[in-house]
Amino acid sequence: MEMPEPDADVVSRKGHLVERLQNALPPGAVIHDTTELRAYECDALTAYTCPPLCAVLPTSTEEVAAVLRICHDEGVPVVPRGAGTSLAGGALATADAVMLGTARLNAVIETNYDDRYIRVQSGRTNLSVTGAVEERGFFYAPDPSSQLACAIAGNIAMNSGGAHCLKYGVTTNNLLGVTMVLMDGTVTEIGGAHLDAGGLDLLGLICGSEGQLGVVTEATLRILHKPEGARPVLMGYDSSEVAGQVVNDIIKAGVLPVAIEFMDRPCIEATEAFAKAGYPMCEALLIVEVEGSDAEIDEQLGLIMQIAARHDPVELREAKDADEAGRIWLGRKSAFGAMGQINDYMCLDGTIPVSELPFVLRRIAELAQEYGLAVANVFHAGDGNMHPLILYNANTPGEQEKCEALGADILRLCVEVGGCLTGEHGVGIEKRDLMLVQYGPDDLDAQMAVKDVFDPAWLLNAAKVFPLAASKSHRIAAE
Amino acid sequence: MSPISEYELAEALAGAHGPLRIRGGGTRTLDVDGGDTLSTGQMTGITLHEPGALTLVAKAGTPVSDIRAALRAENQRLAFEPMDHRPLLGTTGAPTIGGVVAGNVSGPRRIAVGAARDFMLGVRFVDGTGRILKNGGRVMKNVTGYDLVRLLTGSHGTLGVLSEVSLKVLPDVDAAATLLLSGLSDTQAVKALSAGLGSPFEITGAAHDPEAGETRLRIEGFANSVTYRAGRLRDLLAPFGRAEVQEGKAGTAETWAAIRDVTDFADRAGDVWRLSVKPSDAPALVARSGAETVRYDWGGGLVWLLMPEGVDLRANLGPFKGHATLIRADEETRRALPAFQPENPVLARLTAELRAKFDPRGVLNPGVMA
Repeated sequence: MEMPEPDADVVSRKGHLVERLQNALPPGAVIHDTTELRAYECDALTAYTCPPLCAVLPTSTEEVAAVLRICHDEGVPVVPRGAGTSLAGGALATADAVMLGTARLNAVIETNYDDRYIRVQSGRTNLSVTGAVEERGFFYAPDPSSQLACAIAGNIAMNSGGAHCLKYGVTTNNLLGVTMVLMDGTVTEIGGAHLDAGGLDLLGLICGSEGQLGVVTEATLRILHKPEGARPVLMGYDSSEVAGQVVNDIIKAGVLPVAIEFMDRPCIEATEAFAKAGYPMCEALLIVEVEGSDAEIDEQLGLIMQIAARHDPVELREAKDADEAGRIWLGRKSAFGAMGQINDYMCLDGTIPVSELPFVLRRIAELAQEYGLAVANVFHAGDGNMHPLILYNANTPGEQEKCEALGADILRLCVEVGGCLTGEHGVGIEKRDLMLVQYGPDDLDAQMAVKDVFDPAWLLNAAKVFPLAASKSHRIAAE
Repeated sequence: MSPISEYELAEALAGAHGPLRIRGGGTRTLDVDGGDTLSTGQMTGITLHEPGALTLVAKAGTPVSDIRAALRAENQRLAFEPMDHRPLLGTTGAPTIGGVVAGNVSGPRRIAVGAARDFMLGVRFVDGTGRILKNGGRVMKNVTGYDLVRLLTGSHGTLGVLSEVSLKVLPDVDAAATLLLSGLSDTQAVKALSAGLGSPFEITGAAHDPEAGETRLRIEGFANSVTYRAGRLRDLLAPFGRAEVQEGKAGTAETWAAIRDVTDFADRAGDVWRLSVKPSDAPALVARSGAETVRYDWGGGLVWLLMPEGVDLRANLGPFKGHATLIRADEETRRALPAFQPENPVLARLTAELRAKFDPRGVLNPGVMA
């Protein structure tokens, strides 16, 4: 993966820069020792590493502003980092960059149950946002699978989703306001505890901008009261076509489950070996979950079971209690771990129209065979967000390249059928060079023009999202 | 000008010599500084409707009524229930889907399911230089590149002219009911609405009419579920009085359409303002607003104010968190008072620079949102 050449002049000024940052921040907030910096050399896309010039861990909006002012003044690139869980290399540094970590921005600022929001510093982890309000029965809805570790800052940067977004939406649908620092150190509020923008929807623009437009230091998030209960049902089918039809029929019947998860045979086999959840061995397994009171759940599940039964399932199992519900989810929740145990894997994130599911699954299998690699599929079927896992061995020379080429082919396929490259992980460096598959040069220019406005010097996370060749003229103009 | 295709639209914009007023169905008033009218009304048609994928794609000039009809045939709906401005503004014409998106027009269900912006999957549009651009697509989850979909939604034709929009749609419901509480003060009413909205019972409408002393909460879903939740809510709201439960889908739809369209103010003289604030702030703001009367929606987070003509609501309120938009007033008032809430200097600068990027010649609705 190509990254811009580090600016030798910036690298040579490391001592001076560290000193300026140390003067602006509390003791211990600047990490510059080469060994310590290894902790910041990569995110969850571990195939690519590069330690930053130094890392800073500010504790307040003012400190973030001070850091950005210094870097702006010195012409030093900045790479913001939430918890470093990006699967797309969104937080990969360059050797001339200051990494701005949000780990110490973790306070709860305000909780308001009457108006149903919480305001937190952006480095707080996703799950601990819910942790702060669950005593009163509330929760924060977006639930990426990394929610134990991932930070709200990263969720906002990537507009993260999760298993339950069919009903509750993704980050942008649950974000009410932010405090943001622009690259030149300017601090601004966008939105607040009220709904919708008075002018342009800049909050919507910031969300998903992959840390390229500004650094969010505080966020106001919508919180909801938890449903009275939730219960899953598991169904197995002999073909993915039929499973796809079941998903279609459920949605058309007017039921809106909170989650519809799909696993294919390779994935079922791997998770059974690992977690022993008691899944049936079949071509396609669906987990459908609905919410409400017991009676409401019974009503919805009744309808879902009827639809499921019409399609001749090899297994149809309704959770009778919390224990059974836990076992139904066990395999799905350990799917990625199970895969990691047997192989290295690359997790893709393309989204497709739900109607194209059977075709796309068939085509992925053909492509996998052509490449001689195995692919397991586990994904959010209700919204078409696929997660093909390409299994490979990183120690076999050439296999990673082969895996990446297959990944690119699968993502092209997603775009061809009317979908997109990434549904919730973000572009980062991983899908940067595929952007022209989905967008024309003018479309990308329009997006880059937005960056020109927010960060005219192209110092913030500049090597991400756009193909380097496409962003080159903007980056050069900025110098 | 009324182009019939995206290509013609691009030609019209590339060849524009001066300011243009961008117009969908013409059911709302936008104060544009002069210029020719560019209508999207001839670009019509639903290009894709996949009920099983909850997706609909339509040309920008497609009448909302056509979209509603197509969705109804599949037992689906636009869940953000866009308001119809005609009764309130006394306008004619037919609202278009492009106009709804350009104005981020939503209704009472916004508190539960989101605004128009939250249902947008993709846009095609032409910028001020005549470039045809696209962003997003037609799938439900898409984080590929910057989200210009939301930037364009609610941009009131100042960044580009929409040619096609792609929307998430939702299943219609089996049953609906309204809980009616009577005689509450504004503060008590907002508290009651907050109690409902902070419960697990999925309120999809929360409104208060201080003149009639009526406070309403809407519940929708499967019939048994509606009955169950209505009962639980009545218990929960007992401290605010005994709630009357009005069941029936048709009656509920009629009640909430009137709330959505603020029809109470349709035949009454005065300016109409729309205020978006944190619900618990609303009663105190209303008290100092100088309004003749108000209607609360969104659990108190949206306030419609009927103001004496020519009075600046923002001056009466002083500094507050949220935004106030002038919706209906005579020309003199509209010339004197900005329709949109002035932004903080940083956002105002970013907005101006974004407009300059997308519309360097300043031909798209100049004067609007400025």
